[in-house]
Amino acid sequence: MFHWLEKNPFFFAVAVFVVIAFAGLVEILPNFAQASRPIVGAKPYSTLELTGRLVYIKNSCNACHSQLIRPFKSETDRYGHYSTSGEYAYDRPFLWGSKRTGPDLMRVGNYRTTDWHENHMRNPAEVVPGSIMPAYTWMFTNVADVDTAYAEQLTIQKLFGVPYNAELPMADGSKATVALADTLDGARASALEEAKLIAADMKDQGVKDAVAAGQVPEIVALIAYLNRLK
Amino acid sequence: MENRPLEYDYTVAKLFMYNTIFVGIVGMLVGVILAWQMAFPGVNTFLGVNLAEYTNFGRLRPLHTDSVIYGFVLSGVWSSWYYIGQRVLKVSMAESKFLMFVGKAHFWIYMAASIVIVISLLFGITSSKEYSEFEWPLDAGIVIIWVLWGISIFGLIGIRREKSLYISIWYFIATFLAVAMLHIFNNAEVPTWLIAPGVGSWYHSVSMYAGTNDALVQWWFGHNAVAFVLTTPIIAMIYYFLPKESGQAVYSYKLSLLAFWGLMFVYLWAGGHHLLFSTVPDWMQTMGSVFSVVLILPSWGSAINMLLTMKGEWQQVAASPLIKFMIMASTFYMFSTLEGPIQAIKSVNALAHFTDWIVGHVHDGALGWVGFMVIAAMFHMAPRIFKREIYSKSLMGTQFWIQTLGVILYFTSMWIAGITQGMMWRAHDEFGNLAYSFIDTVAVLHPYFTIRAVGGTLYLVGMFMFAYNMYKTMTSSRVVEESELQNATPMGA
Repeated sequence: MFHWLEKNPFFFAVAVFVVIAFAGLVEILPNFAQASRPIVGAKPYSTLELTGRLVYIKNSCNACHSQLIRPFKSETDRYGHYSTSGEYAYDRPFLWGSKRTGPDLMRVGNYRTTDWHENHMRNPAEVVPGSIMPAYTWMFTNVADVDTAYAEQLTIQKLFGVPYNAELPMADGSKATVALADTLDGARASALEEAKLIAADMKDQGVKDAVAAGQVPEIVALIAYLNRLK
Repeated sequence: MENRPLEYDYTVAKLFMYNTIFVGIVGMLVGVILAWQMAFPGVNTFLGVNLAEYTNFGRLRPLHTDSVIYGFVLSGVWSSWYYIGQRVLKVSMAESKFLMFVGKAHFWIYMAASIVIVISLLFGITSSKEYSEFEWPLDAGIVIIWVLWGISIFGLIGIRREKSLYISIWYFIATFLAVAMLHIFNNAEVPTWLIAPGVGSWYHSVSMYAGTNDALVQWWFGHNAVAFVLTTPIIAMIYYFLPKESGQAVYSYKLSLLAFWGLMFVYLWAGGHHLLFSTVPDWMQTMGSVFSVVLILPSWGSAINMLLTMKGEWQQVAASPLIKFMIMASTFYMFSTLEGPIQAIKSVNALAHFTDWIVGHVHDGALGWVGFMVIAAMFHMAPRIFKREIYSKSLMGTQFWIQTLGVILYFTSMWIAGITQGMMWRAHDEFGNLAYSFIDTVAVLHPYFTIRAVGGTLYLVGMFMFAYNMYKTMTSSRVVEESELQNATPMGA
């Protein structure tokens, strides 16, 4: 049979394809049948948080920081409760990472503050002596891309039914709603409102001025995202 | 006329060869910069604070991985394809204007896409998916490049004189099919302008998959990109170049058959080993782990087949630096495909995952196996393409030892770094509290990061020697006759 295949490239290619496609069918499809279902307490990202997530991706933070807590005592001691699948239901793309040059950030919002992040992003080694993380000074002046985050929100709401403007059950029994504006201007305004709350806790005068002038510096969006990771 | 040997046309092979050498140096230079950044973070601002946005670790890291994988290695693979394809199918590119056009289009569109990729990654335009960072317009461009290569493969096969497909062709076909499948499924994404035209960046897109599903598809891709970009085409190359260079027949046809079909079936299952102890269903993790161990068999099948091809001819390894490159490549392949399955065992993975041991594993495979085989292929092809002998045998030998030392420094330091860090992360004191803060586990790695950077730098030095040797070979080395090009590559002192 193999000698025959080697003389018949078409059937050879078909045979190879069948053999390699098999594993994907068995291993990957079943998980899609029960698509990622959100856990109680999972919320979609607000416009500013999603903007911050884009900043996180733009700077490949995931190259050095994981967002996946494995179910070991050493990990739950260090980072908090181990990860569950439903927590990631609104993560497109997933940001688990594959390398911990720096610590896991899955629940960094539980134990770091806006002030800590501001100091740390400006000069990591000053906050954590011995840190090898680069300083991210440009984030204090670059303006974040709120518009693209809004476009992404519209896309996931429409295509994947991500529940914006809907009451969602929280772990403590309460209800929460993540608002999504009807218009781009509305989205910009709501992102700016959120940004003002972050900037109020920051010291950098340039950042404060920018927010007062209606702009969202990347650092503000990023901190909004990091604070949200819980 | 009838008995005249075919005149093969290496126009496209040459173009890809130049790019292999160029991107090899660029991609590895970026890698060396990254390595020094981890040892000495001040290097993040080596072009000044104002340019740090474009020179820091996060920005450069995808540039390094993508340029060595898809720049250096793929160019080497394609250079080899446009050389080997004609020879084993017994047909010349010059016989078909169409295939020649396709080959050139393949190269130039690939070059154009490469430039756009470099720029976009520097500006932080990335989908974040490892080894698949490109946004949708580039993903579409990659499909075009891939289809052109497919036309080239099946076109050349269509007009072949040798009816039976040689082993190398099996592996090229498998590479083409698998990467096509992986690329399309992993990059299933929706451009946001489809839903919200005119809002935000036109090139932004959203993954079709969320969370755990996204991770599952990504590592099915990520693992098998290693399989079908960094393994199968490299096996295609060694199955052609080692027998050619040594004048020995492949040791066993049956073993090559077993190794090929075994690899095809087993490899695709193993992606789950990147997701052990994650939120992926347990049975998938176990499958990934088990199949990773089974993977030793087909991997070693190829490697042993290559080593046994040298049976009774081991003096050639001592005599020829070119054979040394190939035998060392095959040895590193065995080594790397043993190390990988060990890391895929759940209890080992609990320690190794997220550490530098994984980075070390990738690099003993990438530098030792893939890099050496690509270099060997270029050295074997250059005299036959340019009709000149290799400029310097001793330079090639020196390069071999410097690079081998570099790889050894790389993976040994990363072993120690990875295991040290993994052990420190999990250490508890007598009261059950964590023994070390995270930064303790970073500070301890400094010497190993430094050794790794030295190792990487040595490998890069070897790349410069390689480039110089190739340049002299192409331009000013002694011209050779066809009769000198039968087996062992002619080399100057």
